[in-house]
Amino acid sequence: MGMPAFPEAARTALADGQLRANLRTATGTIRAKRAAVVAERADWEQLREAGRAIKDQALHDLDTHLLRLEEQVTAAGGVVHWARDAAEANRIVVGLVRAAAADEVVKVKSMATQEIELNEALAAAGITAHETDLAELIVQLGHDRPSHILVPAIHRNRSQIRDLFQREMPDAPPGLTDDPVALAGAAREHLRRKFLAARVAISGANFAVAETGSLVVVESEGNGRMCLTLPEVLISVVGIEKVIPTWQDLEVMLQLLPRSATGERMNPYTTIWRGTTPGDGPREFHLVLLDNGRTAALADEIGRDALRCIRCSACLNVCPVYERTGGHAYGSVYPGPIGAILTPQLRGVDADPVAKSLPYASTLCGACYEVCPVMIDIPKALVHLRAKVVDANRANPSPERTAMKVAAWIFARTRRLELLQRLTARVASLLFRKPTITRLPPPLSRWTETRDAPTPPPEPFRDWWSRTREEP
Amino acid sequence: MDAKSEILSRIRTALGPDRTPVDVPRTYTRTTPETDDIPTLFATRAADYQARVRRVTAQPTLAGPGGPTALIPFDPVPVAAAITDLLKTTHVRSLVVPADFPEALLPQDNYVIRRDDPPLPVADLDTTDAVLTGCAAAIAETGTIILNAGPLQGRRALTLIPDTHLCLVRADQIVGTVPEALSTVDATAPLTWISGPSATSDIELHRVEGVHGPRTLLILIID
Ligand code: SF4
Repeated sequence: MGMPAFPEAARTALADGQLRANLRTATGTIRAKRAAVVAERADWEQLREAGRAIKDQALHDLDTHLLRLEEQVTAAGGVVHWARDAAEANRIVVGLVRAAAADEVVKVKSMATQEIELNEALAAAGITAHETDLAELIVQLGHDRPSHILVPAIHRNRSQIRDLFQREMPDAPPGLTDDPVALAGAAREHLRRKFLAARVAISGANFAVAETGSLVVVESEGNGRMCLTLPEVLISVVGIEKVIPTWQDLEVMLQLLPRSATGERMNPYTTIWRGTTPGDGPREFHLVLLDNGRTAALADEIGRDALRCIRCSACLNVCPVYERTGGHAYGSVYPGPIGAILTPQLRGVDADPVAKSLPYASTLCGACYEVCPVMIDIPKALVHLRAKVVDANRANPSPERTAMKVAAWIFARTRRLELLQRLTARVASLLFRKPTITRLPPPLSRWTETRDAPTPPPEPFRDWWSRTREEP
Repeated sequence: MDAKSEILSRIRTALGPDRTPVDVPRTYTRTTPETDDIPTLFATRAADYQARVRRVTAQPTLAGPGGPTALIPFDPVPVAAAITDLLKTTHVRSLVVPADFPEALLPQDNYVIRRDDPPLPVADLDTTDAVLTGCAAAIAETGTIILNAGPLQGRRALTLIPDTHLCLVRADQIVGTVPEALSTVDATAPLTWISGPSATSDIELHRVEGVHGPRTLLILIID
């Protein structure tokens, strides 16, 4: 992944006034909607407690629940595949599409398939993947990347979308306006034939119920229903952490998720299915269970909490950092606070500059923890991961570490400190005339790139103190 | 080692030998207060999400085993009249109904009626204006209807492709809450939960009705 680390990417995003305006409007809208429907539930905290416990129960006995899930899905006529990593999952899916003799698939938005870069793998095998979610379509037409878990095109406003449709969609109606209803209508027409003709669909799932082998997809537009119902073959790629133990657990999850995600009491459509049903829906169902770093996260007692995530994106919408930088700056499929703790764990904290920088992409304000429907203590996990990043880097000295060592040596003796202060005052009075310093030479530039430094006073405090107090 | 064994063994290593069992505290609300008027709450909440809701009163008939009364334990005449009235408010000209849908409930005007028996090809569904079904259950608090391919519902494609969906909901099928619904509904066949017409929040996070599913949802509550 040739992505820049968070600080560089954030700088670009912050300079984009349109992006910041789009994000401010969108996150503001969704925050208000969520707050209103959450306030309706006097038992919201109890629901959150239950949500956390359900996911913990599933994770703390993950092997048992996965085996149960496999057994139930198989009994209901489905086929279960296991994939250790992205490459293996992609190989399985490509193989299944080929076996169905299809060169096109329709897809319903799924984070897991983005994570494993399935579309690229399909393309390499000569298979065209059509994203059918409106936002994913906007992203795909714009040759862009998603910037939000739930609303991947949140960085684009309505007139930008209109322009994009007119440019990239051959069948866009002439005189298309930027009215969201007209835009949705254009997408409906564009995808209709694809749905009716599709032979293979690929989806993810929000939940997989071990007890019954039921898979659950929660959505709004109906593209999910199209993909889950019309094609002959359905392939669902699902992270192993999506399993929940019992059917009853859905009563908690199906209340927490829509209210936290789109701020609705219930999303327009939810589909729940088990294997295959003769005469109704796909004739073949394949479930691909994906590890791809999840078991590594599971091994970390604090980090594993991130696996409870139900991808509602509430933490993104309240995050002051996300609101200003947007999702692209995080350089990973999972943006925002959850991305900052999930990505480094899935890839390894030491894997690349992006993974390493993400635990620092936060002010630790705690807003994300407060809204999280499964009570993931994101700030705690961030601090924990920062420590891991530091540990991983202990071998190679950074300028910061060297500076700290020198500082420790100086502060150890009063004499040394006094000498240094006088020296700095002398030098500074020769070099700087203004009360703040905006630019310093490297390596000190690392400090002044992001903030101003005060010019050292002409007389150090200690000298001033002894001068004014000791000669009465 | 094959993928399955390896993933399972990674999990076992990650979790270690002593696992603390986790209890799920189910102290949240599972039922609505007895005092609530459940059908009215359902009507309001469904309308909140842009479903068009009407109510009709029909006398109950004695449910006999088999026979038409097992499907419609109420007097069909006022219901068929209400369906006709409701369809008049739309541009619907053609209708598809599930295989088991009773004649007595069909609208009385001149509509092209297609019965899904034998199953119609999707192309035919695509050129049909509306679908008329019953449901398995409904949830008042969230304004949701639930289909499970049971009586009067047909397969899933029926309620997906036509642009208008008219759904009959008997007052006694409406439960208060999500937990009540999950404990009543038979989930052997695929379930579809519908809360308002198809919508998207993908453009600036405003809910806009009408993308791929039916853009008009009509609900007729039978009291
Ligand atoms: S971490 Fe919590 S708030 Fe954030 S997306 Fe996941 S479940 Fe939602």
